[in-house]
Amino acid sequence: MSAREPLLKVDGLTVEFATLRHRLKVLEDVSLTVHPGEIVGLVGESGSGKSVTAMSVMGLLPDIARVAGGSIGFDGAELTGLSRKAMREMRGRDMAMIFQEPMTSLNPVHTVSFQIGEVLVEHFGATPAQAHAKAVELMAAVGIPDAARRALDYPHQLSGGMRQRVMIAMAVACQPKLLLADEPTTALDVTIQAQILDLMRSLRDQFNMAILMITHDLGVIAQMAERVVVMYAGQVVEEGTAAQIFDQPAHPYTRLLIRSIPSARHKSARLDAIPGSTPSAHAFPQGCRFHPRCPEAVDRCRTETQALHALPEGRSSRCWRSLEALQDAVAAS
Amino acid sequence: MTAPLLEVRDLTKAFVVERSLLGAQRATLRAVHNVSFAMAPGETLGIVGESGCGKTTLGRLILRLLEPTEGHIRFDGQDITHFSHRQMRGLRQDIQVVFQDPFSSLNPRLTVRAIIGEPLSNFGFSAAEITRRVGEVMEVVGLQPDTMDRNPHAFSGGQRQRIGIARALALRPKLIVCDEAVSALDVSIQAQILNLLADIQQEFGLTLLFISHNLGVIRHVSHRIAVMYLGEIVELATERDLFENPLHPYTRALISAVPEADIHERTERVPLDGEIPSPVNPPPGCPFHTRCPIARPRCGTELPDYREWSPGRMVRCHFPGEALPTFAETATERALP
Repeated sequence: MSAREPLLKVDGLTVEFATLRHRLKVLEDVSLTVHPGEIVGLVGESGSGKSVTAMSVMGLLPDIARVAGGSIGFDGAELTGLSRKAMREMRGRDMAMIFQEPMTSLNPVHTVSFQIGEVLVEHFGATPAQAHAKAVELMAAVGIPDAARRALDYPHQLSGGMRQRVMIAMAVACQPKLLLADEPTTALDVTIQAQILDLMRSLRDQFNMAILMITHDLGVIAQMAERVVVMYAGQVVEEGTAAQIFDQPAHPYTRLLIRSIPSARHKSARLDAIPGSTPSAHAFPQGCRFHPRCPEAVDRCRTETQALHALPEGRSSRCWRSLEALQDAVAAS
Repeated sequence: MTAPLLEVRDLTKAFVVERSLLGAQRATLRAVHNVSFAMAPGETLGIVGESGCGKTTLGRLILRLLEPTEGHIRFDGQDITHFSHRQMRGLRQDIQVVFQDPFSSLNPRLTVRAIIGEPLSNFGFSAAEITRRVGEVMEVVGLQPDTMDRNPHAFSGGQRQRIGIARALALRPKLIVCDEAVSALDVSIQAQILNLLADIQQEFGLTLLFISHNLGVIRHVSHRIAVMYLGEIVELATERDLFENPLHPYTRALISAVPEADIHERTERVPLDGEIPSPVNPPPGCPFHTRCPIARPRCGTELPDYREWSPGRMVRCHFPGEALPTFAETATERALP
């Protein structure tokens, strides 16, 4: 990537959840960067910590959570330790988020125009009439047909795809510098998903808005992201460009995850399943957290804690054998 | 084809969604309309489509959890369309189901022994026999038989889906309906369950009706595939024909919309505007004409026949196989470093 300053720089982020009996480290030493206008994919399975990472950036962690270490730099400011009020000002204006289920994220008792316009009233002091006009304009821009009429609809009157478009219209109303999209198309049908992904790409192109795309779907990541961060069990296990991650994954987890997906482009005889299941924060394994499921694990993986380390060409991995694996792959090709 | 195990003819299910004060039907939702297909023993037929296409209703009709409005279902040589509840109980030995959600489809108060053994006890097996069969079937699906006295919450999502499969297998059925059986699972676990289903199909000669919205999963598991749209099968073909040479414009748009986990696979997407129309008062003519990139006036008035295009290959379109416009992704081309 360029040497420009990153827009978002999460560095060594550690987050704990305190329950009655336990103190769970759900995120440990998570680092990632997003540059202006860049689409970064954050991928992982359930329990990997990808959503907690997004919530930390947005300052929307639940009350039981605590940032126990690390920093979150955004557009030159430090976000950890920022007051709720300051965070609230930032949210919506410079940074916005869309979620998986647009129905639960929209307020059922207000029209969609009111909800899209609210942020403009809040952050820019727009009058209700100005906010409404802008809302209609935004709805048309995100591809909602007959926007002037639909603007007066309530969320339940819209389909799932249209609700997600409304969420996107809300999110981009203030032209934020960063959009955090947490499984934005997971609840949608595949033909509607394709429309929403196209829309997100074109908004990025139009406004130079950076997108942190959080999903379990490697297909969506492959089609959208320029850089990819792979998480497993509360840690980043690999980071690199989309080409590096998909063509030459350095971490065994990434490699296996890609191979476990059944393709619609060719018939696969048998899938390479990863044995076992993803660990929960109550019982993250010692040593490398992936070692109980890793077919290549040796003694060192079981005993020695692994750190994310730099590899050639700007990528990084948490597997101590990655360099060797990449060299072997190069030698073999 | 050898004698089919399951044969469905002109199956239709309409739900009354609104009645007038006097009880006359005002609006009906046509969930499944004129669906016909046959399944050979040992075959996997995939049913794929987006939400609201009727795939789950179709599965429930075959399981006879819903009463068909019209049409016939034959299973193993018998017409079961109007089997009574009691007659269906006898058939449960041969037709089983695996549901999507391994968290809500298992009773949390029961032990795994009771969950897997329930169908067996319904058929009068002794306690000792049940324990033996439960242990056996747990081993088949990769669970430790010594965990059979635990409750479902002690198991992970993937293990719970194995419990659901073990329960379906316990009576050694001929047909299993899998309704989004792997959709709630992480991909690494999904692959385990898909491999397991392939193994048990091989081992027991099972016939699988596999319902899913996921085209990758459908391609992987199926021998033949039916694509549904707004209650109708719009195309039915072998896995290879359907994916390599799709005839129906909807099939082609659907396949082209799948995001592949491969950065070199950026196919030319068939642009598909709009959304699926409501199945209450569906559009006249071809159900797909409102979104079809090659629709002509005829498509808006006349429902195409469900016709045999080539031996065994069915399609419901006036203009199957016609060239479609594609949508060059030039505007969204990514700058790969």
